[in-house]
Amino acid sequence: MNIVVCVKYVPDATADRRFESDNTVDRVGVDGLLSELDEYAVEQALQLKEKHGGDDVEVTALCVGPERAVDAVRKALQMGVDKGVHVVDDAIAGSDAVATSLVLAKAISKIGEAGPVDLVVCGMASTDAAMSVVPAMLAERLGLPQVTLASVIETQGDQIRVKRDNEASTEVIGARFPIVLSVTDQSGEARYPSFKGIMAAKKKPLETLSLGDLGVDAGQVGLAAAWTQVEETTERPPRTAGEIVKDEDGSGAVALVDFLASKKFI
Amino acid sequence: MSEVLVVIDHADGEVKKPTYELLTLARRLGEPSAVFFGSPDQASAVAEKVKAYGAEKVYVVGDAEIRGYLVAPKAEALGQLVAQAQPAAVLLPSTFENKEVAGRLAIKIESGLITDAVDVEEGGVTTQSVFAGNYTVRAKVTRGTPIITVKPNSAAPEQAAGAGAVEAFAATISEAAKTAQVVASQPRQSTGRPELTEAAIVVSGGRGTGGNFEPIEQFADSLGAAVGASRAAVDSGWMPHAFQVGQTGKTVSPQLYVANGISGAIQHRAGMQTSKTIVAVNKDEEAPIFELVDFGVVGDLHTILPKATEEITKRKG
Ligand SMILES: Cc1cc2nc3c(=O)[nH]c(=O)nc-3n(C[C@H](O)[C@H](O)[C@H](O)COP(=O)(O)OP(=O)(O)OC[C@H]3O[C@@H](n4cnc5c(N)ncnc54)[C@H](O)[C@@H]3O)c2cc1C
Ligand SMILES: Nc1ncnc2c1ncn2[C@@H]1O[C@H](COP(=O)(O)O)[C@@H](O)[C@H]1O
Repeated sequence: MNIVVCVKYVPDATADRRFESDNTVDRVGVDGLLSELDEYAVEQALQLKEKHGGDDVEVTALCVGPERAVDAVRKALQMGVDKGVHVVDDAIAGSDAVATSLVLAKAISKIGEAGPVDLVVCGMASTDAAMSVVPAMLAERLGLPQVTLASVIETQGDQIRVKRDNEASTEVIGARFPIVLSVTDQSGEARYPSFKGIMAAKKKPLETLSLGDLGVDAGQVGLAAAWTQVEETTERPPRTAGEIVKDEDGSGAVALVDFLASKKFI
Repeated sequence: MSEVLVVIDHADGEVKKPTYELLTLARRLGEPSAVFFGSPDQASAVAEKVKAYGAEKVYVVGDAEIRGYLVAPKAEALGQLVAQAQPAAVLLPSTFENKEVAGRLAIKIESGLITDAVDVEEGGVTTQSVFAGNYTVRAKVTRGTPIITVKPNSAAPEQAAGAGAVEAFAATISEAAKTAQVVASQPRQSTGRPELTEAAIVVSGGRGTGGNFEPIEQFADSLGAAVGASRAAVDSGWMPHAFQVGQTGKTVSPQLYVANGISGAIQHRAGMQTSKTIVAVNKDEEAPIFELVDFGVVGDLHTILPKATEEITKRKG
């Protein structure tokens, strides 16, 4: 069984994230990391491997991103995936989700040349773009069923069942491999790399691919080829400091209600 | 004027408020045509509702072959409808499901996609709130038929008379689109309170509740508010995930957000920072949530909220 986990390298959400002058996300000046939501995808891929007896299952971490994005692949290797593939090419900078999904799909097809890919696992959203569309786009491009936003995953043979929270209901979705799966942060805590894992990762295969290796034309990706254009990015002005009262003498509740009344909420 | 497709947000034929918001925005781009995925029996009742907000046409896509499957059939049907109607844009309410429909549609019809818009201007320029609400981005689709998903509470619904002409649309759903099946579905129990994403007021509780949500719920009820929770409260099993506000929960943008016993982590802010007025009750005066508030009370929520609830009830007489 072949599993590919899509991991994105994103600017740290707790740092000062910002845009470049061309309105693309600053991916170099801000510290980055493996998107926390993709750690859950790595975790589920590893759990599936363990459940299926380990040796017959190969898990590949796949990342499309700049030079430094290799850190995201390394982290996945440290967590326990078997090999890494990093697609890096200057022409990719500024790609939108449509182009990113194209590069990912081509890379998955390439990985599949060695043996068909049974499962593609994604996170529920990237923590920077937060669109939650790449898994669906990948399913569309690869012609596979999509089973998304899973919180509980069960497999039996080539069948998969997942539980997920929908807008107004809780659902059970069933499908057969091969599929594209995305998992939420409800699917179970991701493991930390162990010391052994960190040492082992250094010896694991890590392949770097360019657009040329994937047969993708540079004109199909990047900022110039994007199907959407950002016209303007503005930092939200800091909220003006509000009034803070202390409840020391027990007057806090009434002060709160007075405020709500002054704003006509009561 | 070109048509603008607006996918109707509804629960078993009950049209939801975001639909009216989208119809209002759609009128800036062209003539709204509402798209109803549902039972044809409910079509005329639905048409009555949406025509009051300017829907000239109502396409009815019978959902017999759509309902039991995940996303792909809907995207296929929409793709076919776009080919027929040649609309100026497609607007969908920003739910996880619709974002995925939009994603597949974008690839099918080779069109650009913008998700989670909070405004759509004439000419199709959208506004989005990104990086946990720290940045505002204006963008537009430059290729194909703009596909835009729009967040709830993005516009005030304005009535306008439309013809509301019902037109059945027979979509052809491929077998390939029916490969991920909904095996079981359990509707969420109604709380009797407003829908979290649509509510004008949201009252949330976090780890600071210590697991007791009663003061939160009673305070919410005194204000007619929806109840929300932080991930810490959800992870502790105190509230179901459907109530979670934040990056991996719901994004809310109400007139008033009241955070109780919530520290204000960036991932929580991501789901509430664009609220109009923000109030917090927290016993730690250093809690980062106080950086966001219009009004804050430093103190114990277990004493403050019951007193405030009582005070509100008294004033309402
Ligand atoms: C990838 C990722 C996604 C995430 N997504 C979300 C998300 O969608 N939503 C979300 O909320 N979080 C999310 N988080 C978690 C987030 O980082 C915080 O851990 C979480 O928001 C903390 O919840 P909290 O504020 O309730 O708890 P804490 O941070 O523990 O804060 C509790 C607060 O309660 C106060 N308090 C305690 N007792 C009382 C009392 N008696 N009266 C008044 N105040 C009291 C304390 O002073 C403290 O400020 C995510 C994290 C990650 C990594
Ligand atoms: N550049 C990328 N490299 C690898 N995986 C990605 C990339 N972009 C998105 N993904 C995957 O797609 C998921 C959803 O991303 P998004 O649609 O951007 O929110 C992520 O959680 C990743 O699993």
